[in-house]
Amino acid sequence: MITRGFTGRNSGGDQSDRIPPGQHLVEHFPVLTAGPTPRVETADWKFTLKIGPRHIKVWNWSAFNALPKTKMTRDIHCVTSWSKLNTAWEGVVVDDILADAGVEPPTDFVLAHCYDGYSTNVPLADLASGKTMIALNYEGQPLPRDHGGPARLLVPHLYFWKSAKWVNGLQFTERDEAGFWELRGYHKYGDPWREQRYTND
Amino acid sequence: MVIRGASSGTLMTEGGARSASWQTCAIAEIIQRTPSIKSYFLRLSEPFAHIAGQHVDVRLTAPDGYVAMRSYSIASSPSASNVIELAIERLPDGEVSPFFHDIAAVGDKIELRGPLGGHFLWPERATAPVLLIGAGSGVVPLMAMIRQRRALAQTVPTALLLSSRTQRDVLFADELLSLELADPKFTLALAITREPPERACDFARRIDSAMVAELVARLPRMPAHVFVCGSNRFVNIAADGALMAGLDAAVIKTERYGG
Repeated sequence: MITRGFTGRNSGGDQSDRIPPGQHLVEHFPVLTAGPTPRVETADWKFTLKIGPRHIKVWNWSAFNALPKTKMTRDIHCVTSWSKLNTAWEGVVVDDILADAGVEPPTDFVLAHCYDGYSTNVPLADLASGKTMIALNYEGQPLPRDHGGPARLLVPHLYFWKSAKWVNGLQFTERDEAGFWELRGYHKYGDPWREQRYTND
Repeated sequence: MVIRGASSGTLMTEGGARSASWQTCAIAEIIQRTPSIKSYFLRLSEPFAHIAGQHVDVRLTAPDGYVAMRSYSIASSPSASNVIELAIERLPDGEVSPFFHDIAAVGDKIELRGPLGGHFLWPERATAPVLLIGAGSGVVPLMAMIRQRRALAQTVPTALLLSSRTQRDVLFADELLSLELADPKFTLALAITREPPERACDFARRIDSAMVAELVARLPRMPAHVFVCGSNRFVNIAADGALMAGLDAAVIKTERYGG
């Protein structure tokens, strides 16, 4: 339905093929969080890999930073309708974490867990093959606390609620378990190009 | 207000989530609330019952097919009829809010879907005190909660801390002030940042931890629910203040706008 009198800014311009349906471009970096912003010191920071309830490996900040680092520049898309192009990240790709732990993926499903109790589910196929990382730097600087510092998951090809802030672990699960927002009405997978915003979209 | 916020999604119930489908609404009434905020009363073609705190997604379509989508909190009480109220602040560099303020008129058709949001929700059983903290149009989802509480004749002690630039910028001021006079269990405190406040119980400064602590102290017991809505900066100060006042992070729900 055409809205009377609405022309829109159509801010995408030449880059409109990079902006998924229903999204608009922003230059700044909005901060959206469901609760207080946690304070996590790198001295206390730990990252845990689990298979079900079983701990496979735990890294502290220095051990995690000794893993191979990778840079990634990606477009990101928030379900609340903003998109931001060319965001530059550096961190440890999930494949390198699994390799360091010496585990073959035992299931096809992963839950990411966070310091603030947040969680989100991402299929292994989306997490692996160099597509995602635990990001430690943004635009050449340590990741700010507001944006999930010291470390956040980066899953740039899915809506950005999947890129969990203040991440502290990955857990293989038997089934595709819904995370925090997925239990509260968000889509289980969240592909911005298919506008999978809410359950049943 | 635009939330573009943390919470989204159809409400998850025991039976699973429903899908909120797009519907066409008619603008039934427009009211100028403050110099920068107008209320839009939308008549739903497919009425729904929302929970206070939820929002709708609004979709505008240009003749060339371009679509702009934004989330707006519902200001009206769920107990109201098939008309919902959205209170929209005009953002000077906005795309959708200037359309509403400058172009939209009574009778126009607007597409929306909802209700959405499964986190920032007025508790089903509100018995322990509730602290509400908002800035500017951030009071919108909190107003839905206050209106629902009143519509259900709930007596749960509730305090609202509302920050605005000037007295004229206080959204829903008349309704909030008269409610405070009528309801001894409802406490209102304004933080007016750019002029002296009119009442002695209000604050003449930006929000800080001491202010949040004082609001907590004005409640008879520690609040079991805290809802904060505003800019990221405002929300961080309010949430940190609530933590410093001894509240648990798990009881603090936030919605930030921007984007």
